[in-house]
Amino acid sequence: MSKKSFRQAINEALRQEMRRDPTVVLMGEDVAGGQGGSSGVKDAWGGVLGVTKGLQTEFGESRVLDTPISEASYIGAAAGAAATGLRPVAELMFVDFVGCCLDQIMNQAAKFRYMFGGKARTPLVIRAMYGAGFNAAAQHSQALYPLFTHIPGLKVVVPSSPYEAKGLLIEAIRDDDPVIFLENKVMYDDEEEVPDEAYTIPFGEANLTREGNDVTIVAIGRMVGMANEAADRLAKQGISCTVLDPRTTSPLDEQTILECVEDTGRLVIVDESSPRCNMACDISALVAEQAFGALKAPIRRVVPPHTPVPFSTPLEKLYMPSAEKIEAAVKSIMMQKTPEVA
Amino acid sequence: MQISTETLLQSYRAMRTIRVFEERLHREFATGEIPGFVHLYCGEEASAVGVCANLTDQDTIASTHRGHGHCIAKGVDVGGMMAEIYGRKSGVCRGKGGSMHIADLSKGMLGANGIVGGGPPLICGAALSHKVLKDNGVAVAFFGDGASNEGTTLESLNLASVWQLPAVFVVEDNGYGEATGASYACAGNQKDRAAGFGMPYMECDGSDFFAVHDTARDAIDHARSGKGPVMLHVHLQRWYGHFEGDAMSYRAANEVADAKKNHDCLESFRTRVEQEKLLDLNALDEIDASVADEVESAVQAAKQAPWPEEADLMADVYVKI
Ligand SMILES: Cc1ncc(C[n+]2csc(CCOP(=O)(O)OP(=O)(O)O)c2C)c(N)n1
Ligand SMILES: [Mg+2]
Repeated sequence: MSKKSFRQAINEALRQEMRRDPTVVLMGEDVAGGQGGSSGVKDAWGGVLGVTKGLQTEFGESRVLDTPISEASYIGAAAGAAATGLRPVAELMFVDFVGCCLDQIMNQAAKFRYMFGGKARTPLVIRAMYGAGFNAAAQHSQALYPLFTHIPGLKVVVPSSPYEAKGLLIEAIRDDDPVIFLENKVMYDDEEEVPDEAYTIPFGEANLTREGNDVTIVAIGRMVGMANEAADRLAKQGISCTVLDPRTTSPLDEQTILECVEDTGRLVIVDESSPRCNMACDISALVAEQAFGALKAPIRRVVPPHTPVPFSTPLEKLYMPSAEKIEAAVKSIMMQKTPEVA
Repeated sequence: MQISTETLLQSYRAMRTIRVFEERLHREFATGEIPGFVHLYCGEEASAVGVCANLTDQDTIASTHRGHGHCIAKGVDVGGMMAEIYGRKSGVCRGKGGSMHIADLSKGMLGANGIVGGGPPLICGAALSHKVLKDNGVAVAFFGDGASNEGTTLESLNLASVWQLPAVFVVEDNGYGEATGASYACAGNQKDRAAGFGMPYMECDGSDFFAVHDTARDAIDHARSGKGPVMLHVHLQRWYGHFEGDAMSYRAANEVADAKKNHDCLESFRTRVEQEKLLDLNALDEIDASVADEVESAVQAAKQAPWPEEADLMADVYVKI
């Protein structure tokens, strides 16, 4: 056990799985870098933000493959390789680039097993960065997990910390279905204690990061940290919150969400993806259908507005959910009177 | 054909503006005041300027993540660009887009682009507009050697040929897509790719304004005259990292220094106009001074310009809801 960054946790997960299983291969744009460069330096980048650094040096060019800037072909190649014996981890860099290769994910990898009558396995992992807060503007800041969650056949993982990232990525690599693994680009330098050895965290089991009596806050990815920050402040004001991290949006741990809402009677969902048809909508529908009687107040969603992500710093701040916005949402329903259910 | 004095002066001014603009951004970025990703066009100035010198506001271009040079060459306001890069309300895109999304449709500038290979399909559409509207316009896609491997780019070459569009595909080949060399990433070669799609191929040294200008003129004339699309392959060197903050360990130690010494489009322009007595060198010095002032005031104005306001967040998602 030692302190590791989100970046190191992911690197270690990849390294340990590649050591364990020779069928695990990595591919993506500049996952190593330096090929064809005039200095002859190999592994020059190790990923655009250094996440895969050192892997090509250890595992060689046949298992860590730099790709041309051709997402449709290499994401599709990863899907095809997955269906025929390899366990590829393909890096899409920014999840926004899925626009260039969605067919290979949505119509190919996701559907093989069902369409082929259960005869295919597609142990594919696609890693990509998501999220705003980097001034990266509209085409490099989206949080597209609802898009993937919408597609049957895909599993979708959104880790909330370095510990979570390592265990969930190892699980993703060992899983036999296509998994979209989304890393918040603002979190790479976050640190916490992470075990040195390999471990897995099962999909579809939400993590109760904090238990309270008054309100359940369900938060996704980076929002989990913000929700806990808000819960700290609210605790000082006498409001006690449960903070739940679903870890995977597909499969979704509906059971634990419903149990928490049954206990607290109030629900706030924090989701940094565009507000229409996002996880906050999905979880709201779940609770409205199955725990309506337990609700003491309306459900509140802390989500961005329905706009592309703006570039300018003050606009991006307004756009993003924050601990303050979560705190305000919780207070707004604590003050609300219990609706009389006829 | 002789290039007019006016065009020469304007082109020199545009190239100098790009150089000073980018070098200033390099310094300002290091202070931490500029947010987001910034990709500099230094070293490649003659490509944008040599091509755009053959275009008017009627013609359309599409650019890339490395778009400042194309914007300046197409006449986008320098002050508005700087304010955009600083995220201010007075920016050409009101602070909504930033460096990677500068656009000005009134100048026929269809946008820088955060998506590699985003431009070529759009340029097929712009070329279709020019063709259908019979406005005599040409559409030009600038894209990199890296982007030449995107499916969108290859499909666009095909579509433009199938539809015989008035389009020019300018491959700005600086030898790298991020940290990966074109010699690794590009199979075959651009010439054969053009041939494969049945379009003429032209190439030139992108550090030589005159070479770019004349080759681009032929390419653009061809497209404008209704003979279909052309590929123009421009050989370039980039003088800075892929983006600001890139240490460039993948490049040989002397590569950039050599490019600056031997492939400086501004130096070669000066030498050529002096040797051939095309321009009065004092005029170039005056341009240098005036550009320095222009960029300085653009930076000062940008730093002091007001930020966008809360109401701007929701504005312009749709024309009408
Ligand atoms: C679809 C897509 N894939 C990947 C990227 C990340 N990216 C940005 S610039 C770049 C390299 C582009 O190389 P090239 O086309 O040669 O242009 P240059 O940077 O050399 O001007 C890459 C891979 C992106 N922005 N969009
Ligand atoms: Mg390039």
